[in-house]
Amino acid sequence: MAATLPPPRLLPSGDSAVTVEFSRTIDDAANERVLALDKALVAKPIDGISETVPTYRSLLVHYDPGKIGFDALGEKLLAIAGPPLPPATKARRWRIPVAYGGEHGIDLEDVAKALNTTPDDIIARHAGGDYRVAMIGFTPGWSYLSGLDKSLHMSRRQSPRLFTPAGTISIGGIQAGIQCLAAPSGWHLLGRTPVRTYQLHRNPTFLTEPGDRVTFFAIDHKTFEELDRAAEAGEIIAEQVVA
Amino acid sequence: MSRLVIASIGPASSVQDGGRYGAQRYGLTVSGAMDRLSLAAANTLVGNEPFAAAVEIGPFGATFTAKDGAVRVAIAGAPRNADVAEKPVAMDTSVTLKDGETLTLGFARGGAFTYLAIEGGIKGEPVFGSLAVNARAGLGSPYPRPLQAGDEFTVDAASGAPELRIELPKPASGPIRVLLGPQDDEFDDANKALFLGSEWKISATSDRMGYRLEGPAIKHLHGHNIVSDGTVNGSIQVPGNGSPIALMMDRGTSGGYPKIATVITADVGRLAQTSAGTAFRFLEVTMAEAQDEARKFAQAIRNLPDRLRSSDTVALNIEALNDANVAGHAVSAVDAGTWQVAAEP
Repeated sequence: MAATLPPPRLLPSGDSAVTVEFSRTIDDAANERVLALDKALVAKPIDGISETVPTYRSLLVHYDPGKIGFDALGEKLLAIAGPPLPPATKARRWRIPVAYGGEHGIDLEDVAKALNTTPDDIIARHAGGDYRVAMIGFTPGWSYLSGLDKSLHMSRRQSPRLFTPAGTISIGGIQAGIQCLAAPSGWHLLGRTPVRTYQLHRNPTFLTEPGDRVTFFAIDHKTFEELDRAAEAGEIIAEQVVA
Repeated sequence: MSRLVIASIGPASSVQDGGRYGAQRYGLTVSGAMDRLSLAAANTLVGNEPFAAAVEIGPFGATFTAKDGAVRVAIAGAPRNADVAEKPVAMDTSVTLKDGETLTLGFARGGAFTYLAIEGGIKGEPVFGSLAVNARAGLGSPYPRPLQAGDEFTVDAASGAPELRIELPKPASGPIRVLLGPQDDEFDDANKALFLGSEWKISATSDRMGYRLEGPAIKHLHGHNIVSDGTVNGSIQVPGNGSPIALMMDRGTSGGYPKIATVITADVGRLAQTSAGTAFRFLEVTMAEAQDEARKFAQAIRNLPDRLRSSDTVALNIEALNDANVAGHAVSAVDAGTWQVAAEP
């Protein structure tokens, strides 16, 4: 599957970073190659690279131009990124509890109306999905998921909300997401999870990694309160599925 | 130990250092000083590491009082009137506050951010090696939010070292230099030319996350949605309404709008210090030039200790300094209370 992708492109992102782009669309095959390149750079570091940021379809490579120039780095990156790479590490699987609807998912009813169905049906379709953490970005722990049921694809809100609560579980376009901190968002809010994908002073600080798999299951609002308290105290809450 | 107490301070002031690196892959924002050269200059004056944490003071005034002993500080960055016990203090100098004395800083006159470095640095609990505050993420130390009157820092007692001034290299002027990309191919030649050829102003709704640019609307070739990808300090994204936003230190680590260009590393601080309403232009440079400038910028920061001078070798003429910096009334370029720039994820 990966063989059908064109060779990666190097896009300068200023003088101290370069984007290695595998695809312009959301594509799990491209994402696998992004994560494989990321892993290859960890295994065999290139001097001058300070940090890498994997996304759906590209790897952003931050570097110090005092140590390596664009041309030399680009050549090295393409030499690694061009040929097929061994797949990244085996994915972990997480089961994430979600309190759907009501005050926790204020768009659930509207989404159901827009798709000519019931809130329960939307919950079943969302919780029935098998998702992949394609990238983490925007704010700490914000996990962008691929794998949203096609019947739930719908354009984002006309006007983004300036505030959406921590733990929001939402959909936008062809994507699903787990939001950790309160943030602006134009996505449709289906529910909230007590799971913190990012929590300072907890080990691990960050729960999800790009490449992880995620499924959701519904909990009632009372269970949400209980789990939320436990999460606040530092419990992981999300269940890791051992294969 | 002494204390430095904030008697008063305007919005958009916070503890900032060189930034938080290493966890952008988890969405942890970089933050850090908007103007790294000025941060480094202030720190160098009091013998700190260049990117140690200091107080980043927004466009409004602030007053700091030493308690329980003397405190040695230094100021650099956006020029302001400053005095201790009615005695003027020049920018780019160190000054020791005796126990009970107050340093009073006025509004920024041209520019937005002034850095107050404290001898011995600011003490706090680093996260990923940094004290830098990102108010949105509740990150940073010792106060993970904008500073308020009544906040205080426990600091080293002043060493009694002689006061210094720093002779900074003449600041670059002229257009803010950019490299096109990474998504300049989402714009046709006419719109790239419009971006590079127009006069821009920073909107008053800007903040540490991003500077909204007022000017002509830039049209996209294929619409304004791209699949979210990584951002850097100085990324200039163009959302649906065609008004570019330069992403600054509290930027999200990813974004879903095409990025027409990226401000070069050496000029990000200059853009940060451009007052709201001041007209400026962009200039396209080559990768070779941009990287050469980035290396020179890093070298200039390494060389700061060589630029220290005894503060009494020159009579400081505050009036002349004031006259040289008549940039009009500073308008808030930042407002820590709003985060309107944030695009949806």
